[in-house]
Amino acid sequence: MATKSVAVPLALELRSAERSQWQMALERFRMHRPAVLGIFVLATLALLSAAAPIVSPYDPDKTQLLALYEPPSFAHPFGTDDLGRDLATRILYGGRVSLSVGLLAVTVAVSIGTLVGVVAGYYGGWIDSLLMRFVDMMYSFPRLFLLILFGVFFKGMTIGVIVLVLGVLSWMTTARLVRASFLSLKQREFVEAARSVGATDRRIIVRHILPNSLAPIIVAATLGVAAAIIAESTLSFLGLGIQPPTPSWGNMLNHATTDMDKAPWIAIFPGLFIFLAVVSINFIGDGLRDALDPRHVVRGG
Amino acid sequence: MGRYILRRLLQALPLLFAISIASFAILKATPGGPLAAYEGNPSFTDADRLRLEHAFGLDRPLPVQYLSWLGSFLTGDWGYGFASHQPVLMLIGERLPNTLLLMGTVFVVVLLFAIPIGVTTALKQYSVYDHAVTGATFTFLSTPTFWLGLLLIILFGLQLRWLPLGGVSTPGAPFDVVDRLRHLILPVATISLVQLGSHVRYLRASMLETIGQDYMRTARAKGLAERVVVLRHALKNAAIPLVTVVALDVPELFVGALVTEQIFGWPGMGRLFLDAAFRSDYPVLQGILAVSSTLIVLANLLADVAYGYLDPRIRYS
Repeated sequence: MATKSVAVPLALELRSAERSQWQMALERFRMHRPAVLGIFVLATLALLSAAAPIVSPYDPDKTQLLALYEPPSFAHPFGTDDLGRDLATRILYGGRVSLSVGLLAVTVAVSIGTLVGVVAGYYGGWIDSLLMRFVDMMYSFPRLFLLILFGVFFKGMTIGVIVLVLGVLSWMTTARLVRASFLSLKQREFVEAARSVGATDRRIIVRHILPNSLAPIIVAATLGVAAAIIAESTLSFLGLGIQPPTPSWGNMLNHATTDMDKAPWIAIFPGLFIFLAVVSINFIGDGLRDALDPRHVVRGG
Repeated sequence: MGRYILRRLLQALPLLFAISIASFAILKATPGGPLAAYEGNPSFTDADRLRLEHAFGLDRPLPVQYLSWLGSFLTGDWGYGFASHQPVLMLIGERLPNTLLLMGTVFVVVLLFAIPIGVTTALKQYSVYDHAVTGATFTFLSTPTFWLGLLLIILFGLQLRWLPLGGVSTPGAPFDVVDRLRHLILPVATISLVQLGSHVRYLRASMLETIGQDYMRTARAKGLAERVVVLRHALKNAAIPLVTVVALDVPELFVGALVTEQIFGWPGMGRLFLDAAFRSDYPVLQGILAVSSTLIVLANLLADVAYGYLDPRIRYS
């Protein structure tokens, strides 16, 4: 196979060039101090949540009728809730739900968005127009309204359902980015070259164009995790997302409105963790944008 | 200009058409409907079902059903809410002004703050002030609206007791503008603080880009006052893209309004939507979805027209 002996060193060469490009991005990312701090905070949150049973001596669902509305103390650093459950413990277990919902929902969204963007951008024509009009339509509905509608339809959501629904409602940004990237890249010489040696559409898409479109996808996906965490917590706060007793950072604030007077800590702490996670992820996204797209950098000095 | 507006209007039509199909699909896919009351009734036979389906036109082909639904929808017959048995259009009409008051105030407040802050941070790039504002906008951008609302209630309503906890006005009191405004402050602050961040960041970046342009140097070389250079030449150009950003944020405005209405007991459309959600009141849900998405499409249309008006480089043909 003569073509194969040519293709291997070519691919190797591409890969080594690619690696140094990623290494340069990593260097730039390390210089972005808020992003590094974000990684540190997020990793700590994730580790503590994953290790919840080891970190906390309490059962997240165990109610203690003699310890309702206890203010923060040494035994209960964030106090207890309306059923006497340890708030800190529930926050750790809630972190498992909220963080994984955010991550998985974005995985679904990015998969759908990439597929739609590839088809629209690569093939163009009527299918492109049709898909983009569909994207416009999806953008015309406030996302939370549709989420609520699904929440009603499914009578509150399990983790699996909320991941799917969030993913199905959040793919449009990725689709637009991938489409734009494909529209410009498919005209370039290296794509022409690949086509002239008989590469299939599938190979051109997967091996040649997609790797060059990764940067905007990664940034959008990162920021998407933050948006998904906020969406899940909002929906759960309203009572239509993750159903109690399973704790999520949102549904822990569900009863906070009625208890704000006597137990403000119930409203403050779970929200603080949503904020910490979201601000960390946004910083990471900002750092990734600067690292992956040097042209974008406006900060300096 | 007139032709341009007309063309954009015509382009928006397929979108509105698609939205109407989605709305119809929601009504069809969701449980309920005119025969729901008979479900599980032992004396309701299959023959009865067929007869009623025929009477309600449910046995007609879907496109025919869609057209007849669209006809009544366009003439203002939006059906009745399951819970209240009142016309959906009337239910929404009662609540829409409160939501528009909230959203409109937020819109004005955000622009009133975003423009001066965006301009000054760009002029004093990398100063302590710039860093402080950037940090603050990032913080508020990352704060969930509902949590910010709860914090504001705890701080200004419960602890300091400066402002009312919720509602549009003090119950039972006669109409009083000051009382109304005091009730507006916290809900408006909640939505505005979250929205302000994105607008300030955008305007700052846009200003920085404009400041580096050649025509800025020309304006200064002509001996124009710095104030004129910044306001006439820089801001006017930098603010044009803001029109689009503001329009793209309208869905966020609806979402912010829904959440704040729930927290502050504000009797608007968002709360109506949530109440309808808890009662599985699909006609109301579908009606509100149609109203909000139509308003979003119109806002985008308005932004496009305004953009064409503000930026002479855009051709109307």
